[in-house]
Parts: sequence; structure tokens; C-alpha cells
Amino acid sequence: MSEGARPRPGDDSPGDASATQRLPPEEKRVFALVGNPNSGKTTLFNALTGMRQKVGNYPGVTVERKEGTCISQHGKELLVIDLPGAYSLNARSPDEEVLRDVLLGRRDDTPRPDVVICVIDASNPERNLYLTSQVLELGLPVIIALNMTDIAEARNLRIDARAMGEALGVPVVPMRANVREGIPALRIAMSRHDLPVSHHKVELPEDVAALLERFGHGDNRAALYLLDEEAAREGAAADWENRLIADRYAAIQNVCDHAIRDSDTGAATPTDRIDAFLLHKVWGWVALLGILGSLFVVIFSVANIPMGWIESAFALAGDGVRAAMPEGDLRDLITDGVLAGVEGVLIFLPQILIMFFFLGLMEDTGYMSRVAFIMDRLMAKVGLSGKSTVPLLSSYACAIPGVMGARTIPGAKDRLITIMVAPFASCTARLPVYILMIGLLVPPGKIPALTLGLYVLGTLGIFVFAAIFNRVIKRTKSSPPIMELPSYKAPSWKSILLHMWDRSKIFVRRAGTIILGISILLWALETYPKSDSEDDAVQSEQSYAGRLGKAIEPVIAPLGFDSKIGVGLLASFAAREVFVSAMSIAYSVDEEDDASGEQLREKLRQAKRSDGSPVFTPLTCLSLLVFFVFALQCMSTVAIVRRETNSWRWALFQLAYMTGFAYLASLLVYQGGRLLGFS
Amino acid sequence: MMPTMLPPNNAVATTLGDLQPGEKAVIKGFLSADSAFLRFRELGLLPGTAVALVRRAPLGDPIEFNVRGSLLSVRQHEAEQIEVEA
Repeated sequence: MSEGARPRPGDDSPGDASATQRLPPEEKRVFALVGNPNSGKTTLFNALTGMRQKVGNYPGVTVERKEGTCISQHGKELLVIDLPGAYSLNARSPDEEVLRDVLLGRRDDTPRPDVVICVIDASNPERNLYLTSQVLELGLPVIIALNMTDIAEARNLRIDARAMGEALGVPVVPMRANVREGIPALRIAMSRHDLPVSHHKVELPEDVAALLERFGHGDNRAALYLLDEEAAREGAAADWENRLIADRYAAIQNVCDHAIRDSDTGAATPTDRIDAFLLHKVWGWVALLGILGSLFVVIFSVANIPMGWIESAFALAGDGVRAAMPEGDLRDLITDGVLAGVEGVLIFLPQILIMFFFLGLMEDTGYMSRVAFIMDRLMAKVGLSGKSTVPLLSSYACAIPGVMGARTIPGAKDRLITIMVAPFASCTARLPVYILMIGLLVPPGKIPALTLGLYVLGTLGIFVFAAIFNRVIKRTKSSPPIMELPSYKAPSWKSILLHMWDRSKIFVRRAGTIILGISILLWALETYPKSDSEDDAVQSEQSYAGRLGKAIEPVIAPLGFDSKIGVGLLASFAAREVFVSAMSIAYSVDEEDDASGEQLREKLRQAKRSDGSPVFTPLTCLSLLVFFVFALQCMSTVAIVRRETNSWRWALFQLAYMTGFAYLASLLVYQGGRLLGFS
Repeated sequence: MMPTMLPPNNAVATTLGDLQPGEKAVIKGFLSADSAFLRFRELGLLPGTAVALVRRAPLGDPIEFNVRGSLLSVRQHEAEQIEVEA
């Protein structure tokens, strides 16, 4: 009964095989790519659409939406939607809900697909056919892309595509999407207007059919996935879902018996041999440390080289503008507001590109799941899973790629917690502040030990708050704690490069506009109102920022901070290291002549409060360091969290809770220290 | 161990979590009725399906097993809900 299974509202076509022929010619036919995670679905999407892609979010949820244009054999434009990877239409996560709702035509923002391309990992046909059989039951025209045939053959698994197609009643195209093998055949199949609707169907158990009847759905397979779990429980035998799953697998078994010659000798596959090393009790750790260590070193240090180029390029551009334009507010706005803002955005690109290169490489080869497998036990202690390891680790370089990398975490709750705690990792932008303040506190020999202590403190923040959030945030739907360890395969460089390009574009467009806006605002606060003095230190005090620093002095005084530190804290919201230049301006030190920071440190040592006592006592320095460890002094992080969680709510909550906690911690250090008799 | 010979109320079921690396078994059923286990079935872990424990993670948990040619990982806690027989 395929006709009944097409519930598109207002759909006046009877939904038979020829429906697609009667579409108005100007309307693009819509193809949806559906498949299990790791089936090579996205690689196929890239092979079909190339650079003609649009990446965004589904409105209201943090699920990535990808669509692109593919040119058919006849030169027509076809719309291809890459739907989220899933194991079943019985949705258990926001990603799977999007998949289900698009296939059922329940999303206003996405057209119901005319044809579904089911991508199947040929080395694992039974499980992959489960989702396919659910799609076939819906009565949509289907093309099966039988992907990764090489891996199947390496396992002596020979699939007769024609026999499988006959058994299921739909075209089956064998392919290797990563090397574009089989793409022309798929395009030909996509150009067909006479795609059959499958006859493959599992009879519903009688009580389920009766249940659907009772809820007014008739024999409508779509309704299966919309039945409220409660309703299902009270209405039918508790195990009808179990029986339906078993029936589907029995039907799949029939198809496989027909189409697969499986002479699996049980010999070790390449994946077995690689895992014997990479998941070994000793060598596994060595490899993990080596791989993640190099990721860290590259983000931490190699990124500095292109970041230096970006800085020099903007310094040159600034000089150019200064030379070409008359002195004045407009020139300052361009050099210190706009150019500084654009630089503040672009400066992150090297780290983001490197991060997504490594993420793509690890995901694509299959190593990422192994990292999660090894690290799961440790992360489970604070309620996270092993999948949070890489995003958290990279946050020690910079929270921006870390937060963006959290997309690879499957559970919505785990993803959110990871994003919420990632900025506690002491990023590279904190280092200049640490070095300046620690230099005031201890002799040079002890600097490394104290710096390490600050890293440990931040790490404790990650784990303590992850454990707290794990208790507080509710899991929306039980996401089953099961993970696939996919076969290793050669990475698709094209997919990795496209992914790096997408992520950079999204960062520049979405987070970049916010960062640019805030840096212009910060510039204005520091520039106006103008003082007559030529002295930057006086101007700094005169400005709105200076006045704001004065205004917040009563609030920050209990932490041991004065108004100049207050201005520094406000300015460092642009980026934490700006604190150092803000202090240089406030104490009239020319940063250019003070590469070691010793001049500034000397000035800070001499700085006095109005009552003549020194400002930068050991206790003030310590309090300030603790504040920088915990506070979210970074507008770029706020901007990217807003983008990645799709809401200002979480971004502002994070700003408030981290800065609030930093305040309390500094208060405890300063006031507690004073009570104990320190100064 | 032959759990089927014992009365069900004091029988200690053999579970996926009890297997040694390299050991093979057949799934008998699930000890938990939690709906999260529906997903295990959808992944092909059905009564009568052959499974083989591949290895434990270096820290002992989770465990990796082979079912229908794919490699899956579950935590020990969940593995103990999957009843198997040799």
C-alpha cells in the first residue's frame, strides 16, 4: 500500500511511480541522501555537488543543514539534500528527528524529497539495509547507492547489485564515492523519471495495525514513527516494536541470502590489524598521545606562523590608511575599529583550518571513534563520553576551534556540556597575561611551575563544571550509549578541504559580524569623549571605557583591582591578551620598546593606590590570575557559542556563570588571603 | 555455565559483559526493558544473532564486539544487560 504512505499535506498526486513526471518543469527535483553514519554519505554528497553547496542550520535546532545543486545527465539542475546520518527513522535525537520529519514532509523549511538516495556501506549490508527498509516502506522512490564496495570485497563479501535491486524492486548502483567510481551510473539513475516504488514491505503486526487504525492513521507507515511512546505502550503489546524490528531483519536476511555471496573466511581484515596496534593496551596510548600531541602542537605553534602574516598584513594596511588619509576620527575608526575588528576575526582562521583538517582526517579515516573508545572511561567520570576528548583538548589552543569541533559529538547534551566548559581550558590568549602577572609574583625560575598550576586550575574547572552540568541538564531523550568503530579507510581530501572551507566561511560570516561589531564598540568606548591631552594614559582615563572602569571599581575593589585594571578587564573582552596592551597604555609604556615586558612590570611594581599602598601586591596578582583562568573574557567565544548552540541564551548564560564564578574565586583568594594575613 | 538449566529467579545470566576477548556467543535477550535497548535491536542485536567480543578498551571499559560484520562499542554497564549463551 505505497499510496497511503505519502502524507504530504496538500499533495494532490496519488503518489504513484509517475508522480515525479508531472512536476512543473521549472521546479527542481529534490533528492535526499539518507544513510547510516560512516556510510560515506557526505563523501557522496560532495562528489555530486562539489562547490555548489549551501551549509546552514535547520531553524530552531542545532542540526546542520546541507544542500547543493547537482547537474543531471541532461544538464538539468537537481536539488540534493544531505540529511543527517542515522540508524533508524524511530528518532531519538534532534538529528534523527530532522531526518524523519523531512522524509515525512513535515518540515516547512524543506521540501519533501521526490527521490531518496539510500547510501549503504557494502561491507555491512544487513544493518545498513534496516534504515533503507524503513524508507522503502514509506513508499518513496528510492535509489540505493551501494558504497565502499572495495572494503566489502576485501572481506570476501560479494554483493550482486542486480539481484539486490530485483529483490528490493529499486535500482542499486555499486560505487566507491571517495574515488568517484559509480557516480556517472548514479547520475543516470537520478535522471530517470520512471523510478519504481519498492514492493518491499514488512507486514505490520495485527495489533500495531489496529493501533494505527485507532489513532486514525489507517495503514500509514509514516504514522509508525509519530506514535507517542506512551500511546504505543498502553495500546499494543509492549513488544510490538521488538517484533517489527525482528520482522524487518528477517526480510533483510531474505534479500541478503538472494544477493550476497559471503565467503567470509574470518581472516583478519586490515582494520583488525590496525586496531591490534592502535587499540593496544600500551601502543594504543603511545599512538593516542602522539597523534593528539601533534594536533595540539600544530594548533598551538604552527598556527602562529600564518597568524603572524595576518598581523603583519594588517599592520601594513593600517600604515597605508594612516599615510593616505588625513588625521581624524574616520581614520581612527578605520584603523583601530574596523581593521582591528577584521583582523580579530581573520586571526582565528589558521587555528580553525588546522583544527578542521585534523578533525576531518580523524573522522574520515575512522580514528576519531578509536580516540573516543580509549578515552571513554576517563570522560565518563564526569558524565561525558570519549567523543568530547578532541574538542576539549583543542580548546587549550583556542576555545573557538574547540567549540566548533564539538559538532562531532553525537549526543545533544554531551555537546552542550562540552561547549559550556571548553573555555575553562587555558588558551594561548591567556598566556601573555599569565606571563606578565607571574613575572610580578615570582622569580623567573619559578614561572613554569606556577604557569602549570594555572593550567591545572582551568582543567579542574572543566571537570568540576562538566560534572555539575551533567547533573543539572536533563537528557531530552535517552541516546543509547552505543558507538560504531568503522572500518579504516583512506581519507577523502576533497571532503576534508570542503569541510575546512565551510567551517571557515560560517565562522567569518556568523561569528565574524558579531566580533567586528563589538570591536568597533570597544574602540568607540576607548576613543570618546576625546581629551585635549596627547598622552594616551590620560585619554584612556578620560574615555567612556575609563569612566566605566571607574564606575565598576566598587564592584571589583573587593578582588583587589583598581580602575586601571577595570579598564584592562573591559578591553580584554576583545581578546584576553589585549589586557597587556591596555596596561601598557594605562602606565604609558611603549610596547614596541618593551618586548620582554620588564618595563611594564617595573611600572606595575611602582603603581600606588590613592592611599599610597602598592596596587600589584602578590595577592592582587594572584587574584587577577585566578580571574583570568576562569572568566569568559572573550567576545569571540560568546559569538561562536551563540552560533553553535543557535541561541543567545546559552551564550549569555556561559558568559554570566563563568565570569560570576571567576569573581567568586578571586574574591575568595583576595579576601581569604587578607584574612590569613597575606598582602 | 548453563544458565538455562537454573530457575530464572536465582539464575546468574551470562552477558556480553562476561565474555573474554575472542569469545563467541549468541544473543538470547535483553535483561532491561529500557527503551534505549530498542536501538540495540535496530542495530541488529536480535535474539539468535552471533556476537564475538573483540577487545576491551585499554582502561577495561568500554568493550568492543563484532556483530553482523560491524564493530560496535558499548560500556560494561550496558553490556551486562545483553544476555548471551555460548
